[in-house]
Amino acid sequence: MEATLLSRSVERPLSRTEYEDFLFEEAAMLDHRRFNEWFALFTDDAVYEVPQAGVSDDANSGTELFYIADDHERLRYRVERMQKPGNHSEWPASVCSRSITNVRVTGSDERGVHVECRFITYRSKNEATDLYCGHHQYILRHENGALKIASKRTFIDMNSLRQQGKVTIFI
Amino acid sequence: MATNLKVATSRKAGRYVIEDKEEGTFRVAREAFTSQEVFEQERERIFSKCWLYVGHESEIPNNNDFVTRKVGGREIIFNRDRKGQVHAFLNTCPHRGALVERQAKGNAISFRCIYHGWAFNNNGTFGTKMQEGDYGPRFNEDGCANLPSVKAAGYRGFWFLNFDANSESLEDNLADYKDLLDLVADQGPNGMEIIGIDQKYSIRANWKLLMENSYDGYHAADTHETYFEYLIEAIGHEAHVDQNARVFDAGNGHAYIESDMPWGRPVARWSPKWGEAAKQEIAQIKQELVERLGPERAQRVGYHSRNSGMFPNLVINDIMAITVRTFYPVAPDLMEVSSWTLGVKGESEAQRKLRLDNFLEFLGPGGFATPDDVEALEIAQRGYAASREAGWNDISRGMLRKGFFRGTDEEQMRCFWREWARRMEA
Repeated sequence: MEATLLSRSVERPLSRTEYEDFLFEEAAMLDHRRFNEWFALFTDDAVYEVPQAGVSDDANSGTELFYIADDHERLRYRVERMQKPGNHSEWPASVCSRSITNVRVTGSDERGVHVECRFITYRSKNEATDLYCGHHQYILRHENGALKIASKRTFIDMNSLRQQGKVTIFI
Repeated sequence: MATNLKVATSRKAGRYVIEDKEEGTFRVAREAFTSQEVFEQERERIFSKCWLYVGHESEIPNNNDFVTRKVGGREIIFNRDRKGQVHAFLNTCPHRGALVERQAKGNAISFRCIYHGWAFNNNGTFGTKMQEGDYGPRFNEDGCANLPSVKAAGYRGFWFLNFDANSESLEDNLADYKDLLDLVADQGPNGMEIIGIDQKYSIRANWKLLMENSYDGYHAADTHETYFEYLIEAIGHEAHVDQNARVFDAGNGHAYIESDMPWGRPVARWSPKWGEAAKQEIAQIKQELVERLGPERAQRVGYHSRNSGMFPNLVINDIMAITVRTFYPVAPDLMEVSSWTLGVKGESEAQRKLRLDNFLEFLGPGGFATPDDVEALEIAQRGYAASREAGWNDISRGMLRKGFFRGTDEEQMRCFWREWARRMEA
């Protein structure tokens, strides 16, 4: 029984460096504003969530107020909006720099391989530079031979958004 | 200040606010948003004199529950004591001033200062046993060793405090804003509750800009173009800002607008994007409202949207979700915002999720609308750098309108500014 479950569901994890390459490329897509390419990384059942700053990893968007709790459809519009002049807080566009470190493969289940990393993201606009630091939790799996994001949760490991005031970028 | 405004008999002109009822003009000096002197006077004349929102009863449901937060620039403990009585205390030790509670929330029968160990019952009374001779025999007869208490009062679950011992009562001050609180509180058969914690963010602009913005029906179509594009996709037909929204002057600087907006409301206006299961549940919620409140009031409570401001700095927007927010200046050009969401106590998991989704789509630091407001406020503040040459904001829209003021007029802001001027220009 257990063996069946495993063979049906669990994907054999790649090496850490292969996931690193994936995450570095993802960060570059965002830094370079290649948003459509970035959105294509997500599976059709993907979730993209940013809980409130400082909360713990078990935060639940069904019972707590997040900043962002997107399904695939809302994420599609978020990506579309990101490229509209009517998206006032990001037009003219901010300049961002994302560093990804401490990449760890933390497990796997029927949804895919769990990968976690730390991030430091700087966003600069209107002569102000804001810092976001924290960790991303991914669930990654292969679809049609390509590695995809089934879930991305961005935890801002800061007490509040008093300094930055907003989450208008894909951190 | 550059001023060449026409003088007329119907004109009321203060240093910062000039209203001419005959001409239909209302102007506010941009200096009111930039001046250090105004910032300091506001702390004395407004934030030390007015009723300020401290919290919702659902945040401290049980005896001994507490939350800590900053209100009016002071550190506050908002709690329920051993007998269930609600208090607001200054979170400062009467001995040497340190905070006596440093956690954001919890349940505690007493508070204890880490510095010298002074401890306080959660009704504020000093509770440390001292050795005989350490203090005189009459020490604390005047209460000088008790936790300093702040006058607090509640209405329909919303609690407020006032640092001015001589202020008018909360109910007198609320005036017709009680109607707004009733319309919100009536949504749940078992009451309302704050969901989770507040979003704590900031805006690089003067706090009064957020008050104006929060019930500004005029800006919605332009500033929030991309939200309405999303909404149109979601509901499958055209969406417009209600041009016939009504303005309610609630007295004492409080005001609200009530409108028929095209978005879905968890209580109780179904949206096509929620599907058939939600349609049935929302019909049941509507039915409960009708039975409890009667058809007319149920329609008002459930179907219509409201944007409101209680002077000086509480916003309750009962729109596609309910947001409760306060904001304080930390400098003339910087405010700190705390924003909560309110839901129906005991609502289903599906309703709760739908409510939170509805909130996030529009509101908060990652919403499809709030960040656009923030940008508008921040660039207004930047524009005020030229206040010596371009000195006045215009808030005249609809002043001479026949019939009733529309939500897309600016009467609600004029309600705020008249009260602000009354307190600041006296």
